[in-house]
Amino acid sequence: MKQYLKNKNFRAGLLITGIMILAILIGLVWTPYDPNAMSGSEKLQGPSGAHLFGTDNFGRDIFSRVIQGAGATFLIAAAAVAIGLIVGLIVGGLTGFYGGVLDEVLMRIADSILAFPSILLALVMIAILGKGKYNIIIALGILFVPSFARIVRTEVAKQKNTDYVRNARLMGASNMRILFLHIMPNIIPVLLSSVAIGFNNAVLSEASMSYLGVGVQPPDPSLGRLLSEAQGYLFQAPWYAIFTGVAIILLILGFGLLADGMGGE
Amino acid sequence: MTYVLKKTGVLIVSLILISLLAFLAFQIIPGDPTTKLLGTDWTPERAEALREQLGLNGNIFARYFQWLKGLLSGDPGISYSYFMPVKEVMQGKIQVTAALSLLSWFLVMLFSIPLGILLARFQGSHLERAGIVLNQVFMAVPPFFLGMLFTYLFGLLLKWFTPGAYVPFSDSFWGATGYMAFPALAVAIPKAAKTAKLLRSSILNEMNKAYVRTAYSRGNSRWAVLRDHVLRNAMLPVITYLAMSLADTVAGSIIVEQVFALPGLGRLLLSSIGNRDFPVAQCIVVIIAFVVVFMNYLADIVTQYVDPRVRLN
Repeated sequence: MKQYLKNKNFRAGLLITGIMILAILIGLVWTPYDPNAMSGSEKLQGPSGAHLFGTDNFGRDIFSRVIQGAGATFLIAAAAVAIGLIVGLIVGGLTGFYGGVLDEVLMRIADSILAFPSILLALVMIAILGKGKYNIIIALGILFVPSFARIVRTEVAKQKNTDYVRNARLMGASNMRILFLHIMPNIIPVLLSSVAIGFNNAVLSEASMSYLGVGVQPPDPSLGRLLSEAQGYLFQAPWYAIFTGVAIILLILGFGLLADGMGGE
Repeated sequence: MTYVLKKTGVLIVSLILISLLAFLAFQIIPGDPTTKLLGTDWTPERAEALREQLGLNGNIFARYFQWLKGLLSGDPGISYSYFMPVKEVMQGKIQVTAALSLLSWFLVMLFSIPLGILLARFQGSHLERAGIVLNQVFMAVPPFFLGMLFTYLFGLLLKWFTPGAYVPFSDSFWGATGYMAFPALAVAIPKAAKTAKLLRSSILNEMNKAYVRTAYSRGNSRWAVLRDHVLRNAMLPVITYLAMSLADTVAGSIIVEQVFALPGLGRLLLSSIGNRDFPVAQCIVVIIAFVVVFMNYLADIVTQYVDPRVRLN
């Protein structure tokens, strides 16, 4: 962690992500207004002291809605990354450790999946699974497996012939013990930047799909859904789209800088 | 030559696998299309006759081969929503998406190459630092949000184009290009920022090598070293990246079509997913997947052509 802090990109990413996460956490317990409270007398107002980001077509406070949406988007991203990471660790760990034909075949499959734009695959998965936030999480989670598995596999294959692994084996540790208790903790630093990239992709995918209407469905909140609602009021209330878009950009930028600063790409 | 042959073999196998996977993926979805097609006219006899007509009876591999044969001969089945050949539903849509993706791809090259070179040329200056920050921000902007900003700024405020009023290429070439310039920019800008960043780091990476020092010691200026020596080597990874990024511009186009109400494959794909019109969705997915795989194949071939060392691996 200390070595990363020397990196400017990492510090900038940490700052942006930190602010966003703080806002999301506060938003869980308190927002200036109820995100769903309508007010007939305050429709489509511009940003002001009372409503920092203005109000939408129902007079709802956009600032509160953006915070709530960012929280939902963040949770979806976190859940999707968690699925990808856990399955990726198991698949990549086992194939990297044991090698063989299965390893070769699985990695070839992972390579070919990675060649496709993830949004296209996500759309196919949504066509099969149906819309909704849980299906988005499952679809993105599955899509993240190949990239995590690939990285874990490479790292495990590298570590498997090191001295500490040989020592552990001499001391009678089982394969599973070596893999999960000795090797895994050593590859966490490498995985951190992939996790940041995963968040980056997940936020973008959630926003894209919900914007397109195949992701999170009303009444569930999300940044992508807010943007698709804001689209209809682009002329009367441009601030609606702009503030929502800026929140998406900040999330993507923050995680992108973190990944960059940790040496991932 | 063996390299090209080997890659071509891999290409053919990939294409077959993709068609099979795309076919199977849409087979596991539960539901009977006849309920939707017949609606209130549904009777068991009619459903049976329709299934026969659509070729839904018979085992899955027979159906796959039938579908593949149809796809290759330009007749990929019948749309469940419109009850007409998929081919007719898709008429004119491929051209819109192809034009938009190619235009954005062209813009990516147009912006990223000079930008990457300039950032490397002015390394360490304030200009470069500002450029890098800006570049990093543009990398994070989702294309569809950029599209919304353009719609607001150029469409609604400046009235340079009328949002939603797309004219087909067949009606007015310049009218269509003028409209498409905005979505193309929306797709291209984030991608160009990523490419410029890659080119910059690729150039800086080359700048540390011995041949560069030699070139400097012969009295070359930084520009001359960049232009005559470094660029050729630094472009190698970027060429591969650019060839593969056509796939991303296709994906970006699919989303941005929605923002600008362009009647392309993306909108059709979304509506077919929404209507559960799987023959159409399946066909679009296969077409895009084929393009992606084919571009990766071309990227491999071009890379080995400009850098013969690749063949050895």
